Amino acid sequence: MPDGGKKLPGTYLSDKDLRALPGLVEHTPEAKYMFSAGQAQSRFLQGLREGRILGVRCPRCGRVYVPPRSYCEYCFAPTGEWVEVSGEGEVHTAVVSYISTFRERMEKPEIIAVVRLYAPGYSGKGDEYEFPGMFHKLCGVSEEDVMTGRVIGMKVRPRWRPPEERIGSVTDLECFEPVKS
Amino acid sequence: MVSRPNIHVKSKVAVVGAGITLFRRRMLETPRELAWEAAKQALDSAGLTIRDIDCVVIGSAPDAFDGVHMKGEYLADGSGGLFKPTVRVYVGGGTGVFVPIAAWWHVASGLCRTVLAVAEEKMSPARPHPQGVFAYIWDPVLERPLGPNLLWIFALEMRRYMHKCNASKETIALVSVKNKRNALDHPAAQAAANITVEDVLNSEVLVWPVNRLDVSPVSDGAAALVLASENEARRITDSPVWIEGVGWTLDNTHWYNRELGYPRYVQYAARMAYKMAAIERPWRDIDFAEPYDPFDYKELHHIEGLMLARPCEAPKLLEEGWFDRSGELPTSPSGGLLGVGNPIAAAGLMKAAELFWQLRYEAGARQVKKPVHRGVAQAWGDLMQAGTVVVMGN
Ligand SMILES: [Zn+2]
Repeated sequence: MPDGGKKLPGTYLSDKDLRALPGLVEHTPEAKYMFSAGQAQSRFLQGLREGRILGVRCPRCGRVYVPPRSYCEYCFAPTGEWVEVSGEGEVHTAVVSYISTFRERMEKPEIIAVVRLYAPGYSGKGDEYEFPGMFHKLCGVSEEDVMTGRVIGMKVRPRWRPPEERIGSVTDLECFEPVKS
Repeated sequence: MVSRPNIHVKSKVAVVGAGITLFRRRMLETPRELAWEAAKQALDSAGLTIRDIDCVVIGSAPDAFDGVHMKGEYLADGSGGLFKPTVRVYVGGGTGVFVPIAAWWHVASGLCRTVLAVAEEKMSPARPHPQGVFAYIWDPVLERPLGPNLLWIFALEMRRYMHKCNASKETIALVSVKNKRNALDHPAAQAAANITVEDVLNSEVLVWPVNRLDVSPVSDGAAALVLASENEARRITDSPVWIEGVGWTLDNTHWYNRELGYPRYVQYAARMAYKMAAIERPWRDIDFAEPYDPFDYKELHHIEGLMLARPCEAPKLLEEGWFDRSGELPTSPSGGLLGVGNPIAAAGLMKAAELFWQLRYEAGARQVKKPVHRGVAQAWGDLMQAGTVVVMGN
């Protein structure tokens, strides 16, 4: 094959060509969902409403899960033992987003991060690959902090919304912000 | 003594034909027409007709792209699957390489003598941009309330890789430069170009550190392979390409609970495939590779996951030209997803098809300089969790 000798099948269309086609169908699916958060996450979200970050510990292997799961994925056993973590942790990685979910340009860029949480008594069995952690926004740092790498490893803690604004959602936690030492 | 996996096969399995359509941003053909074009070409290249095919395996990524649910059933007729044992497989971006894996077990088990394996994706119908469709892969409770964009997760992973391996954006951009240049010789290519590192760095910043030219394009397209048992393969062709090993694994969807600088799930899948192929030193025993490259850093990340370089060693080897078509271990000689395009499932199968063409010395201007006996293709998918690997030899 395909070394350029023969033209391959397939007909390219410009956006204009596409719009000029006979029988072009436009359709917007209409679907609305109501998702339950489940056994473990419902309690986790209740914790967020109270300004606390909760996890679970596997009684068998000692892994601490944040966000919590109702079963240990490795031992395939129920978890059950709830632990509260301080919420402090360090930035594993962070980026600057200039686009929205639908790829529109955003007026104000957002800083997004993965935070590795400090979990007392966490037994990772020397396997540093896994950790209790959260994916969230980062505030109080600049785009430059992200680009130079200053934020990676930075100690951070949650900035909570005022209690009356909390609804039991990951957004009750407004963002993670640097711990000023 | 090489340890053998506990996998019992009734027959060796060979690839005996391959086909591909153009990869383009927007195409006239319906998804099933694209599937038919690729399937027909694969059959023709093997000198077979649909009557010679026992079973059909179809691969396609999220239904939401083409905008048709039950995509396997929808694609069945165009893929030659009517009134045959037909199945559609799906592991996100890993689907394209999962298609030959699934086709392999159909034959290796003794269930089918010949399998037509077809992968199709038409991403262009989704409006205003297919990015929006990715909104539905995120966890509805923990992630969607944050309004994520799919690029976030890649940018986070790329940033972590850069930090962990001390790799610069300039070095990583060399992957995009290499693959787009390689694609100039691929007749299906959508994004082939002679570009420079500066072009990548100066392209639109989407989610820093990801610029527009760090990413593969939105594409429509299809690809297909014909697989056969050893007896059938020897009847069909003098130069079958053998599938020597397959491997696949899934990690969990909790991608923020693990080190993003190294793809453990790819390594596990690779180990499985290498074990089956009796490969103990992949960095020496593999002649060329088609690692999955939807983003430029991903190729380096996956080269390391495939154990073709030590962790964090790939950027340096890249700078030295190690992965060029004329290098020690050519990677993405096809031009990859960055150069040929990324119709998701079809892009992965394009990589497997490149192993076939390279191992038959039929890749024309794309043929790598060194003699080739063995190649590996790999795809990755879902929320940083799926690894699919296939090893082929001649
Ligand atoms: Zn456990």
